[in-house]
Amino acid sequence: MRLKLVPSDTNWNFFRFATVTFGASVVAMVASVVLFFLMGLNYGIDFRGGTTIRTESTQPVDVAAYRAALSALDLGDVAISQVFDPGFGPERNVAQVRIQAQDGEESITPQVINAVEAALKTVDPSITFPSVESVGPKVSAELVRTAILAVAFSILAVLVYIWLRFEWQFSLGAVAALVHDVTLTIGVFAALQIRFDLAIIAALLTIVGYSLNDTVVVFDRVRENLRKYKKMELRDLLNLSINDTLSRTVMTSVTTLLALIALFVLGGDVIRGFVFAMIWGIVVGTYSSVFVASNILLFLGVKRDWSKDQDGGAGTQFARAEG
Amino acid sequence: MLQFALWKRATIWALVLIGLALAMPNLFYERVERHNDAVQAIELRGAMPELVADRDAWPGWLPSGLVNLGLDLRGGAHLLAEVKVEDVYADRMDALWPDVRDALRAVRDEVGPIRRADSPPAELHVNITRPEGMAAALAAVREIARPTVTLTGVGSSDIEVRGAGDLLIVQLSEAEKQATDNRTIQQSLEIVRRRVDEVGTREPTIQRQGTDRILIQVPGIGSAEELKALIGTTARLTFHPVVSRTDNPNDAPGAGNVIYPSMDDAGVYYILERTPVVSGEELTDAQPGFDQNGLPSVTFRFNPAGARKFGRYTQENVGSPFAIVLDEEVISAPVIREAILGGSGQITGNFNVEESTQLAILLRAGALPAELVFLEERTIGPELGADSIAAGKIACIVAFVAVLFFMAASYGLFGIFANIALIVNVAMIFGLLSLIGATLTLPGIAGIVLTIGMAVDANVLVFERIREELKSARGPARAIELGYEKALSAILDANITTFITATILFTMGSGPVKGFAVTLGLGILTSVFTAIFVTRLMVVMWMERRRPKTIIV
Repeated sequence: MRLKLVPSDTNWNFFRFATVTFGASVVAMVASVVLFFLMGLNYGIDFRGGTTIRTESTQPVDVAAYRAALSALDLGDVAISQVFDPGFGPERNVAQVRIQAQDGEESITPQVINAVEAALKTVDPSITFPSVESVGPKVSAELVRTAILAVAFSILAVLVYIWLRFEWQFSLGAVAALVHDVTLTIGVFAALQIRFDLAIIAALLTIVGYSLNDTVVVFDRVRENLRKYKKMELRDLLNLSINDTLSRTVMTSVTTLLALIALFVLGGDVIRGFVFAMIWGIVVGTYSSVFVASNILLFLGVKRDWSKDQDGGAGTQFARAEG
Repeated sequence: MLQFALWKRATIWALVLIGLALAMPNLFYERVERHNDAVQAIELRGAMPELVADRDAWPGWLPSGLVNLGLDLRGGAHLLAEVKVEDVYADRMDALWPDVRDALRAVRDEVGPIRRADSPPAELHVNITRPEGMAAALAAVREIARPTVTLTGVGSSDIEVRGAGDLLIVQLSEAEKQATDNRTIQQSLEIVRRRVDEVGTREPTIQRQGTDRILIQVPGIGSAEELKALIGTTARLTFHPVVSRTDNPNDAPGAGNVIYPSMDDAGVYYILERTPVVSGEELTDAQPGFDQNGLPSVTFRFNPAGARKFGRYTQENVGSPFAIVLDEEVISAPVIREAILGGSGQITGNFNVEESTQLAILLRAGALPAELVFLEERTIGPELGADSIAAGKIACIVAFVAVLFFMAASYGLFGIFANIALIVNVAMIFGLLSLIGATLTLPGIAGIVLTIGMAVDANVLVFERIREELKSARGPARAIELGYEKALSAILDANITTFITATILFTMGSGPVKGFAVTLGLGILTSVFTAIFVTRLMVVMWMERRRPKTIIV
């Protein structure tokens, strides 16, 4: 009568194929790094500077004609791509024109915008321009720096927090899982060449938060079981903890994915890349909290004596914060 | 655990009700918005029947705070401008020159005749004929230094003076530069604000960012170009004596002079004295109008000091031309026919009506102390914003229904409790957003959708725990109690870590990302509150009423 995604009592051995799962993670991470250096990311104007103009028209988008019209203006690198969305219908044809940052200019000059709009109007008189965004090289360089700092800071902050609440082995396990998730997400953005802009950084940080959320729940159970079963083999104990929390892990991932998939399909093309990053991150994050974080914990080993005098110290300072 | 004191229950329900009440106006967004606009308009301009009708469409005793919609949802223009603070150093040097000249003339016996030399803009170079008198020259110029007025630069003076051969070099001290920069930014902010207000759009955001930047967001304006034309112009009006007229832009203007192009006649240049007779700072009013030939013009009026200077100058120079200069371009260079003593005048040029109106606005609002360079600009059309809102709404509803259904199917009655808590949760997010006047952006909507998915997590943790405890064959009350107790540390740890990342996003992010961080962070707070108080209170009340012997979660 109840919907159950995971049977009530599981006793699956998550470490039986540890070499396979862990190996797969390592391979995927290496592949991501290689892809990143080989193909690079398709940076949006937030990070490389330049201008994007969104066009909308009742006529079908003719990328070649647009390109021909703009090539006469001598604007350097111009990228034109059609934007698809199930919500558009045949009467709405949307494209995105990206122009590189012009030499010696911070944001784009009115003359250039007017020239571009006029040129596109000759191709298609019904064309309109719902948005124009321009970022100068000065700002984009700062945004890159802030973005990298933000990701680094949040990973660091988390490292410290988990270390305070648990132990350093947990902390390393959690951070390994985070690095795994972030790397794989960047890898998939490089592989699929989805536009990588400021919003994707927000998505990355959310993935960091989410993946951590999952990892922490497992670790919390590990800590509890460490107190309860003082003599149990660490491998069995980790396995037990993962099995205990499995139902919750899957449940939360599924509800979150449900919500995100709704947003992915219905939320419009403007944030699709952002939502895609989060969906991917949640899948990877769920995987990593089960297979990566605990594996690291198993490699490093943990302190086994969690006797009661520890309660007042590290690890439980928030446990009494309830009403 | 299961005993809730009455005051606690009351507080929890009160908080929930306040949250719902604060969120409620957002359901009637347009009506409340018109109400708010009308209230403001009545306060400013007095009551008018249609304004009163708009105001009364929403009862005044109800909360009327709304979630601000970000530019990506409402449409509008966004500009990030950098203030060229160094521009002001050059002006300061020009202003200092007469004082330096006088100071050096007083010690003429020792330094000999002096002459202003060409220099980088932020410095003032003076040639002295007798380099051996440099010590006396330095001492004389240092006399006119004034102490800097800053908190950090106490005791330092505003200028630095040094000698190099026969050259005396004056520049602003570091402390004074900082103080000047700060003043420049404040003035720029004020003038940008006045100009944007003159156009009268709703709720523009004009903020200082970092040391030398200004962020300007104006909802509802058609394009960033329009906004740029309005605030990007320095609009510095000056009146200079004309030295000569030329058609060669490379003519050497000579020391103390400058060469500016004519605004209307291509190829015509004027050589003018660098120091203006009067400047736009001494204007008290400027209005668009028409001259005697019916051509658009701008009429202006000087303040008494400006009128005196202008009157004296025109009196002494009847018959010679003077130039009206706007941002280093000569609008016109009429010949003075008679002394202008009344303190008012008219600028004619090759204007159309729009240009003369714009010029009048700019002159009224005052000149920017320094040039603005635009680093970033974004224009979002209102249709695109409306599309995003519509898409976001549908996505929210679908996500909501899917999660509600899923929870009910998985946890039965307890799932329904969690669902009620989820509805309360989303309402509270909107309530808090309205209360703190936060801005909702498209990524912000994504944050809410993400919260919808994740908010049930705390409840899931508890319910799963209760299930486990039930297996150990304790009574239902005890199982629920233990469920909440044991799940708490996981809930707190998990949410605090996510909250940490939301905080970092908020402090380091900008614009849309910040919007996302706000909804994510608020979502965490409300979801923890609803899970450990609201759901639990519902469970407790249900237990008290039914006193079940067994429960199924």
